[in-house]
Amino acid sequence: MIKRELVIVGAGPAGLAAALSAYEHGVKDILLLERDQYLGGILNQCIHTGFGINYFKELLTGPEYADRFIERILKVKEIEISLKSFVVGLTKERVLTYIKPGKLQRIKARALILATGCRERTREMIHIPGMRPAGVFSAGLAQKLINIEGLLPGKEVVIAGSGDIGLIMARRFTLEGALVKGIVEVQARSMGLARNMSQCVWDFNIPVYFSHKISKVHGKNRVEAVSLVRVGEDLETSVGCDFTISCDTLLVSVGLIPENELIEMAGAVLDKNTNCPVSDNLPMTSIPGVFVCGNALKVYDLVDAVSFDSMSVGYAAAEYLRR
Amino acid sequence: MNKKLICIECPKSCSLEVDVEDACVVSVKGNECTKGEIYAVSEIQNPQRVLTSTIRTEGLDLKMVPVRTDKPIPKDKIFEAMERIRKMVINRPVRAGDIVDADFMRLGVKLIVIRKVEAAGHVFFRKDRKVA
Repeated sequence: MIKRELVIVGAGPAGLAAALSAYEHGVKDILLLERDQYLGGILNQCIHTGFGINYFKELLTGPEYADRFIERILKVKEIEISLKSFVVGLTKERVLTYIKPGKLQRIKARALILATGCRERTREMIHIPGMRPAGVFSAGLAQKLINIEGLLPGKEVVIAGSGDIGLIMARRFTLEGALVKGIVEVQARSMGLARNMSQCVWDFNIPVYFSHKISKVHGKNRVEAVSLVRVGEDLETSVGCDFTISCDTLLVSVGLIPENELIEMAGAVLDKNTNCPVSDNLPMTSIPGVFVCGNALKVYDLVDAVSFDSMSVGYAAAEYLRR
Repeated sequence: MNKKLICIECPKSCSLEVDVEDACVVSVKGNECTKGEIYAVSEIQNPQRVLTSTIRTEGLDLKMVPVRTDKPIPKDKIFEAMERIRKMVINRPVRAGDIVDADFMRLGVKLIVIRKVEAAGHVFFRKDRKVA
């Protein structure tokens, strides 16, 4: 079996920073696995500004922020990059199985950093009743469709949840000529950054329904409308005021969960509610030599903090290998 | 007259209290740094935003090239700017920082590319070339 010093899974901001930092701290055999055909991860679809103020001391977009790390990593020969490489198996002995076009590969790593990011919570997880027509998208999927694929998922949009991705998509849909008919937030206040309420919502006079939840999705083949209901302080019980908004698209922006199936498969301890790894030695998991960084470790608000923290995880892995 | 704003310059999102008299800013409170003051004055006198969007491609590796204005543009020009961007096509490989329009809408701002996009069929890495 092929043996490698350090294997990093995921070449988004966390994996890129961890790889560079591990290299700078003396690890000279690094394999970076990425399932997409590009480096940079989710930053590539985040074309809005707001990145880099803390790390680079200037205001950048997501692709520009990623580009700075990509340019640096391409210069380091000791970091081998394998794209279209999807890890499907992991054991507690740090044996990885991954597939890439025409190949199934099994390798043993002396140390491993998982920078696998997070997933969006879905409609099913917040129990929105009704039919299952086309036109229900997670906010991040809609972002990918518009910014990467050049497709507009709908023309009249309601957004469930006021997380940052949802607010940013409210502006993006509006700029692309769609009508955003409302943002529905079960809490009494916005879940996103205040500046995103200002520049994405108020700038375009988009209505926000706080203390409301979506009680039903209407439409058989395509979304036709959603019903809203005002909720009480327990965020569950209806206190009346039912009304319906016609729309062809429902975006769901209700938070993120770390994607940790691989370390779970290997037997690492995860928190049942947050899906974050639990260990006395974080960022090392309960499996010796297996580290986690970025949104897989905990969900971050800012990529700058992901870069800073992932650099220290790269250092921790280098220290582990030195022992 | 007192106006409440939220500074959009950084994630801290400072709540600003702006004292405005005859469309002139007299004082700004609540800002943690000088950017907040500059933002408040601009927001009262001539609200501006950096615009980011995407341009269609022909013969390139990605369907869309993401772009932005290098400086903020007046808020009331944003939808007109989107109309212009929607009509553009990029058909040559580009890198982050490349200029699409050196004087976009005669506003004194540049429209710049924010992601490297190669020609269609381009293979990024030597290793991949062997496989292909």
